[in-house]
Amino acid sequence: MEIPYTVSTRPDTGLWNAKIGIWLFLASEVMLFGALFSAYIFLRIDAAPGTWPHGLLNVPVGTMNTAILIISSVTVVLAWAALKMRRYRAYWWYMLATITCGLIFLTVKLAYEWPQKFEHFGAYIKPDALAKYEQYLGNERRLEKGLEPRIEITGHLHSQNAKEYEVALDPVNAHPDDPAMDRPHFIPLPVTEKIATIEKADVQRATMFLPTHSAYFASYFTITGLHGLHVLGGVLVFIYMWLPVSKKLYQRNPEHLANRVEVSGLFWHFVDLVWIFVFPLFYLL
Amino acid sequence: MNNPPDISQDSKEYEEYAHGIQKHVRGYLMVGALLLTFTVITVALSYVHFGTDKANIAIAMLVATIKAGAVAAVFMHLAAERRLIYRILIFTGFFVLGLFWLILLAWYDYPVFH
Repeated sequence: MEIPYTVSTRPDTGLWNAKIGIWLFLASEVMLFGALFSAYIFLRIDAAPGTWPHGLLNVPVGTMNTAILIISSVTVVLAWAALKMRRYRAYWWYMLATITCGLIFLTVKLAYEWPQKFEHFGAYIKPDALAKYEQYLGNERRLEKGLEPRIEITGHLHSQNAKEYEVALDPVNAHPDDPAMDRPHFIPLPVTEKIATIEKADVQRATMFLPTHSAYFASYFTITGLHGLHVLGGVLVFIYMWLPVSKKLYQRNPEHLANRVEVSGLFWHFVDLVWIFVFPLFYLL
Repeated sequence: MNNPPDISQDSKEYEEYAHGIQKHVRGYLMVGALLLTFTVITVALSYVHFGTDKANIAIAMLVATIKAGAVAAVFMHLAAERRLIYRILIFTGFFVLGLFWLILLAWYDYPVFH
């Protein structure tokens, strides 16, 4: 049975059906991400002073991934325009570029950004033990300057026993009184060789940078994870449309393939649009 | 955008049609370049302190909204779309704003910490 109105428009709506379908789907997606973003805002504005992390993500890498998604949004719309002009070869190359961009984005996220977090360690110090670790926290100076206190010591977990953690410190804890550490660096500084010994009795909570670390990382992994699944979904659809099976559809009814590319492109632009908000919220602010 | 004249083998008609699409393509490329530029601006602005964190957040969100608007208007063709799509989106906008409005209510629910 032929599905109606895949190419021609319905007289009552003035649209072909898939277009209404994708917009209804995107409307539900807006509510899904809207709920997550509103949860993020709520968690953030309600966080106690000093507890919301800053500068833990790699800004140059995030900027590169943002640029890659933007470029892929351009290439997918160019792929669609190429189909509209009946230039299948150009369409094929633009689609390949889009798929490549999507795969680079996912690889950077899953093979570089996330694993880097999984091997980073943070120990929240109990309020009554903060003074004991002043050499790593620099809170006297921060108090004088009206800055939020530091309550966490971070770095790479060197070793641990029943009583203590030994942590190779991040620069921010190795040189806590350096004014250069007051603001996050554009290019993240590597972990130092300075080792701090932290008694477990003084630690409120210690964990790697996992969703259990903080509301920040819980939101980060949830939202970027869900976004990554959307990127994966988009890439799979594009691969299908790039394979020879779609050329058969092109030869049979090129406008049908153009419409398919348009609706999947709409989904892809939405994925890009979500990232436009994710990037500053998590990486920069 | 009109459907292409597949039916017509007239090369002149096709050329006119393709020329129309090329104009759109130029628009897509310009918006792409604009989005990349605004990404750099977003990053640069985050290293400028505008007095309070709230000011920084507001400015970053303003730039993000401009970028999102360009994507929606040009790439997603919302600048010139059928009325039914706008109706769907008006409902969506209404409900998503409601969602954010709830946060505002919850914010004023806490008298102590803020």
